[in-house]
Amino acid sequence: MQVRAENISKRYANMAALDDVSLTVGSGELVALLGPSGSGKTTLLRTIAGLEHPDAGAVYFNDRDASESRIQDRGVGFVFQHYALFKHMRVMDNIAFGLRARKTNKPSESEIKRRVMELLDLVQLSGLDHRFPSQLSGGQRQRVALARALAIEPSVLLLDEPFGALDARVRKDLRRWLREIHERTGHTTLFVTHDQEEALELADRVVVMNKGKIEQSATPDEIYDTPATPFVFSFIGESSVIPVQVGNGRATLDERMLDLEVGNLPDGPAQLYLRPEDVAMVTDGGPGIPGLVVSTRRIGGMRRVTIECGLARHRIEFDASAEVTIANSQRLQVRVIGGRVYGAGSEGYATEKLAASATSDFKWAKAEGWLDR
Amino acid sequence: MASAALDGARIIRWRRRSVLPGFGLSLGYTIAYLSLVVLIPLAGLGIRSATLGWDAFWAIAFDPRVVSALQLSFGAALIAAIVNTVFGVLVAWVLVRYRFPGRRWLDAAVDLPFALPTAVAGIALATLYAPNGPFGALLMSWFGVKVGFTSIGVTLALIFVGLPFVVRTVQPVLEEIDRETEEVSATLGAGRLRTATRVILPAMFPAILTGFALSFARGVGEYGSVIFIASNLPYKSEIAPLLIVIKLEEHNYAGATAIATIMLVISFAMLFVINMLQAWSRKWFGHE
Repeated sequence: MQVRAENISKRYANMAALDDVSLTVGSGELVALLGPSGSGKTTLLRTIAGLEHPDAGAVYFNDRDASESRIQDRGVGFVFQHYALFKHMRVMDNIAFGLRARKTNKPSESEIKRRVMELLDLVQLSGLDHRFPSQLSGGQRQRVALARALAIEPSVLLLDEPFGALDARVRKDLRRWLREIHERTGHTTLFVTHDQEEALELADRVVVMNKGKIEQSATPDEIYDTPATPFVFSFIGESSVIPVQVGNGRATLDERMLDLEVGNLPDGPAQLYLRPEDVAMVTDGGPGIPGLVVSTRRIGGMRRVTIECGLARHRIEFDASAEVTIANSQRLQVRVIGGRVYGAGSEGYATEKLAASATSDFKWAKAEGWLDR
Repeated sequence: MASAALDGARIIRWRRRSVLPGFGLSLGYTIAYLSLVVLIPLAGLGIRSATLGWDAFWAIAFDPRVVSALQLSFGAALIAAIVNTVFGVLVAWVLVRYRFPGRRWLDAAVDLPFALPTAVAGIALATLYAPNGPFGALLMSWFGVKVGFTSIGVTLALIFVGLPFVVRTVQPVLEEIDRETEEVSATLGAGRLRTATRVILPAMFPAILTGFALSFARGVGEYGSVIFIASNLPYKSEIAPLLIVIKLEEHNYAGATAIATIMLVISFAMLFVINMLQAWSRKWFGHE
């Protein structure tokens, strides 16, 4: 079942929760809606489920306008962050609820029982059918919630921060397990998360939302490698931001040339976005941006170093090898070997993938006085 | 020796280490306080009525006038509690689920039967529902029903004083009910009626039962508002508490305490049953 949301707008009081948003989820696709809280991702999910009514726009299931049908008839499996299990029902009755509520082709009680057992097996909770929700752990409760949603054979599965209330370890397990279930059952699935790691690991496609708009919709690789907007860049992964001036295809910081080509960006102020891997420490005595180390911390096999550079003490984070000893207040030099520049263009943001230039006019690095303020 | 060790172990298990200290002190205080305020006076009641001897006690207990007064007191309280349960849940639902102008005023008005001296309520009801009062006259001419100065009037007064108990016990529970469970129910295909009866009502059931019990207990003990609207005719609209007062005025203290003891026993038995029901429902609905 393909799900299509077209030009959805929704306002709460004076705030636009959704501002003319369109989204298509292909049949059998697993899509993540990623964004900070208040970005409208949950509102979009609830609108697709029929739990919210949009001020404008429509939702289509295949080519049928779902806005005309009641929630009960949409056939969406909805899973809430806090499970929303029926506390007074046993696991078995929770899962059977949707089947028993059917008005047409309601299965017999023995058939319902068989289906429930099948689903319990699928979510790896066999033998817990007589427990009450209060007798289950958080992870188990969320599995019951998923089994209950799957029981109605939904045309689309919607999950609102499904792992948000669980601890990190359980979250990781359930993530892998949800991926497996998706591969086995092939439901069209849309899930909301604010955890970028979760979105990138689990989804076929990631839709990044901010302030009621979709910033980018792309595969996890594209989202990470070619973020369309500064927001996506800074929301996904680690990043440092430095304001630069662009002129004649070069970027300058404090009127000193950076060894970067910025392509066709219009002249004027711009923002240089750097990931830790876009910055390298200069160890061979060659030219580089001088900086002062303000902190170092160990991250896995690397050492994450924060330096301050430039007159305004811009902070840059980069990873150095763990074997190199770097002390606070130490002076060192770095080279920018990647990153993106976002300038204020006429149509939003102009962006260029940067490449390190090998030009020889990069002479300012050892300039005196920069650090000795 | 062995049994002493066992006792020691039991005490240790009984008195688990807790972040809240002072278990012994607070339990002792609770028992002393309850004894002083509730148990000793009630025991005094029993002792006093025991001075009558069994024969005299049974004679009072099965005196037709006493029986009919008890029937009226418990019957009217039961009907009032049932009516209050239905409409109290409705009022609580409206107050919790809808936002409308004047909601706060309405919410405050629910407490009025708590706050008013019951005599005030009794006079107000008697004025309205007396055969020549505005409501009483209408009901009389339309349906031929006489409300004021009859057992219907008694029930009406008990409904009035018992309403806040149901509303105030159900309201907080209703506020706590997770809206998401209702939404899930809808996405699973359940209509409104099914959601109400299978999802919301079971969650509210223990609170409703508590409200019912409180309203009922209040009704059984109510005196002030009833005596104004009931004509207090023996065998017809005379409630048991009034009979007690009458006996007291006749300086028949033993007789009064005998009726009081019977009321106490019946009330206790009914509250006990309700409590059992509640424990059972909690278990059944998985609240524990």
